Amino acid sequence: MIPTLFWTDGLFFLVLVMAGALVLVMRRREHFRRPWRTVSRSTPAMVSLVVIAVYLAVGIVDSVHFFPRADAAGSAAGANEPISLLDHWLGGLRTRTEKTYSEPFAAYAYAKEHLPTADGGQRWDYPRLTYGGAHLVDPESERVRDIAVTGVRGAGQGGLMWLIAAAGIAALIARSRREPIGRVVHRVARGQTPLPWRAMLLTLLLLCVGGGAIAEWSAHYHVFGTDKVGADVLYQTIKSIRTGLLIGTLTTFVTLPLALVLGLAAGYFRGWADDLIQYLYTTLNSIPHVLLIAAAILLTQVYMAKHEEAFASLALRADLRLLFLCLILGLTNWTGLCRLLRAETLKLRELEYVQAARALGVRDHGILLRHILPNVFHIVLISVVLDFSGLVLAEAVLSYINIGVDPTTESWGNMINSARLELAREPPVWWSLAAAFVFMFTLVLAANLFADAVRDALDPRRAD
Amino acid sequence: MSAYLIRRLLYAVPLLLGVNILTFLLFFVVNTPDDMARMQLGQKRVGPEAILDWKHERGYDLPLLWNEGAEGTAQVTETIFYQKSVGLFLFRFGRSDQGRDIGADIRTRMWPSLAIATPSLVLGVTVNVSLALLVVLFRLTYLEFWGMALCVALMSVSSLFYIIGGQYLFGKLLQLVPISGYDGGRDAWRFLILPLTISVISGIGSGVRWYRTLFLDEVEKDYVRTARAKGLGELRVLFTHVLRNALIPILTGIVVLLPLLFTGSLLNESFFAIPGLGSYTIDAIQQQDFAIVRSMVYLGSTLYILGLLLTDISYTLVDPRVRLH
Repeated sequence: MIPTLFWTDGLFFLVLVMAGALVLVMRRREHFRRPWRTVSRSTPAMVSLVVIAVYLAVGIVDSVHFFPRADAAGSAAGANEPISLLDHWLGGLRTRTEKTYSEPFAAYAYAKEHLPTADGGQRWDYPRLTYGGAHLVDPESERVRDIAVTGVRGAGQGGLMWLIAAAGIAALIARSRREPIGRVVHRVARGQTPLPWRAMLLTLLLLCVGGGAIAEWSAHYHVFGTDKVGADVLYQTIKSIRTGLLIGTLTTFVTLPLALVLGLAAGYFRGWADDLIQYLYTTLNSIPHVLLIAAAILLTQVYMAKHEEAFASLALRADLRLLFLCLILGLTNWTGLCRLLRAETLKLRELEYVQAARALGVRDHGILLRHILPNVFHIVLISVVLDFSGLVLAEAVLSYINIGVDPTTESWGNMINSARLELAREPPVWWSLAAAFVFMFTLVLAANLFADAVRDALDPRRAD
Repeated sequence: MSAYLIRRLLYAVPLLLGVNILTFLLFFVVNTPDDMARMQLGQKRVGPEAILDWKHERGYDLPLLWNEGAEGTAQVTETIFYQKSVGLFLFRFGRSDQGRDIGADIRTRMWPSLAIATPSLVLGVTVNVSLALLVVLFRLTYLEFWGMALCVALMSVSSLFYIIGGQYLFGKLLQLVPISGYDGGRDAWRFLILPLTISVISGIGSGVRWYRTLFLDEVEKDYVRTARAKGLGELRVLFTHVLRNALIPILTGIVVLLPLLFTGSLLNESFFAIPGLGSYTIDAIQQQDFAIVRSMVYLGSTLYILGLLLTDISYTLVDPRVRLH
C-alpha cells in the first residue's frame, strides 16, 4: 500500500483544518460564542449537523487515497489506479458488477436472455444475477424472508452500535456537568437538555439502523440495483458524496480571498480603487454564469488535451478537472459576497471606533485586520454556509450540460445525466435516479436547514 | 432624469467593452485558434495543413491585434479582434464554426424562448407572491411553520428532478401532454404547458421564502398598524398596502430578468426539445462551437446590463419618492 495524495484531497483536508482552527478561535470570542450558542439550541440545525457530520465522515474516508499493493503476479490492470480507504472498505460493492440493469434487491436480471436448459435446448427467460441474491437456492420463495431477516440483523447491529455511542455521549455529558449518569439519561430522554440531545440521538439512531441494514443487505444484494453497465448504484451514490462536499467547500479557496481583499479594499479606500473593483465585479456579474463556466471548462479541456503528458493517469485527470471546476465556480461566485463586504466596510469605516483608531495613527492594514475584518466576519460565515447547498445543486446541473465534473468521476450530476432517459424504458429504470435523489436531497436539505439557523443567529438584523 | 439616463447609458459602454475584451482574451489568447482547430479536427492525426485550412475558412488565421502585412486601416481591420470582437458591439455575430449564420439563428430561435420564458416568469411571480402573502397572513401559526418547512424541502430538490419527474408523471404515466417537442402554430400550448408548470413549481420553494422576507420587513411598519387601526381587514392591508410598498425590491428582482427572457432557460429548453436560445447554447457547448458560445456570452451580458438600466428606470415609476439625478 503506497499512500498518495490528490490535489483535492490535500485541499479538502486543508479546509477541514482551517474550519477546525476557526472554531477554536471563535470559542474564545464571546461575540461569536453567543450566536453559535443560539445555533446549538436549535433542533433543526443540530439534527442537520448530525447528518452533515455523517456525510463529512464518508467524504473524509473517501479522501484518503493509496495504491493497492501490486500482486506478486505483477501489477494487474486495475492496480495502477489509486483507490480510497472507502473503496477498500466497500471492496465488494465496487467489484461485484452484473451484466446490466437489475432492480433493487433483485435476484434476476432486468432483461430476458437465451438460457441453456438442462436438456440442451434454450429458453427465453430472466437469468440469475451473478452476485445479487446468489446465495439463494430458490429466490421466488426465499427472497422476501431473507431480505427481512438480513435487514433485521443489520438494523440490530446498527442499533447496538448506536447504544454504545449514545452511552458514550451520556457518560461525557455526565462528566462535564458532574451529574450522575442516570439523571443525564433521564433528562436527555425527556428532552430537557440545553442542546437538543434527544433529537440528535434519534437522528443518529435512524442513521445507524438504516446504515446497518443497508450494510448487511449490500453483502448479498444490490440495494439500489445496478446501472446500465451493471455497476452497483449504492456504491456510486456513496462515492458521489465526496464530489458534492468538495464542490461545496473547495470553492471557498477562491471566493474568500477575492471577496475579502477586494471587498474590504473597495469599501475602505474608496476612490479609484472602489471604482475599479466595482467595475470588475459588475463586468464579471453581467456575464451569464453558466456560459462563463462553460467557456472556462472548454478552455481547461483544451489545455488538458494539449498537455496530455502532465495528466498521465485517468484518476489524476478526473481529479484535476474537479479542482478546476471548483476554482471556476469560485471565480463566478465571489461577486455577491464582495458586494456585501464592500457595503458593510463603507458603513464601518465611518464609525467612531475606526475614526479613533485612525486618529491614533493606526496604519490602514492594522485597521482593516483588527477593526474591520472581525466585524464583517459574520457576513463571510453566513455567505459560505448559504452558498454550500447551491453549489451542490449547481454541480448536478453543470454535469448534465457536460460542463461539470469528469464523466468518470462519480457524482450525483453524472448519475442523473446517465439515467435521465431510463424512465422512458419499459419497465422504467427508476433506481439510479432514486438513489441520487435520496442522497442529494438529504445533504442539501440538511445544509439548507443548518444555513438558515446560522443566518438567523449571526445576522444582527435578524437577532431578536 | 434624462441626464441620469444618459450617464447610465454611458456607463454601460465600459462594461460592454470589458465583457468584449474578456471574451476576446478567453477565446483567442488563452486558448488559441490552433487549439480550437485541433479540438474540432481531432487531437491526434491532424496535419498542419488541415489546421491552416480550418483556420482560414473561419477567418481565424489573421493576426490578433495588428496586421503587419496589410496597408493603412487594413492593419487594424484585418485582424481577429476587429473582425470577431468589434462586430459584436453592432450585434454582428458572424458565422459559427460550423458555418451557420449566428445572427439569423438567434433571430429565429428567440421566439420559442420568449414563448416559454415570459409566461413562466409572469405565472411564477404571481404564484410566489400570492403564496408568500398567504404565508404572511397566517404568520405565527402552524400553517406558516409547515409552509416554510415545505418550502425548504422544495428548494432542496435539484431542478433536474422536477423536470424528469414531471415528464414521467404528466407525459408518460398520465399521458396528458407530449413529453417534449415544440410547435410554433396554434398547438404550441400543448407543448408549453408542461415546461411552464414545472418551472413554476420548481421556483416555488426559494421564491416564496424570498418574497415572504420582503413582506415581513413591511408588516411591522407604522403605516400597516395605522391601516389596521382604522379598521381595514387583514387581507386588504396585505394585498393593497403591504404589497404595494414591497414592490420596489420585488421589481428589482424581476426587471433585471426581463431582457434575459430572450435567452430562455437552458435546462427546460434542452429537456423539452424547445428550439430556443437556451438549447442553442447547450448544443454549442456540447459541440464545442466557440463562435456561438462567444456570441451568447456577449448577448447575455448586454441583456443583463440593459436589465440593470431598466431596473433604475422602473424605480421612478413605482415609487414617487425616488428621484434619479
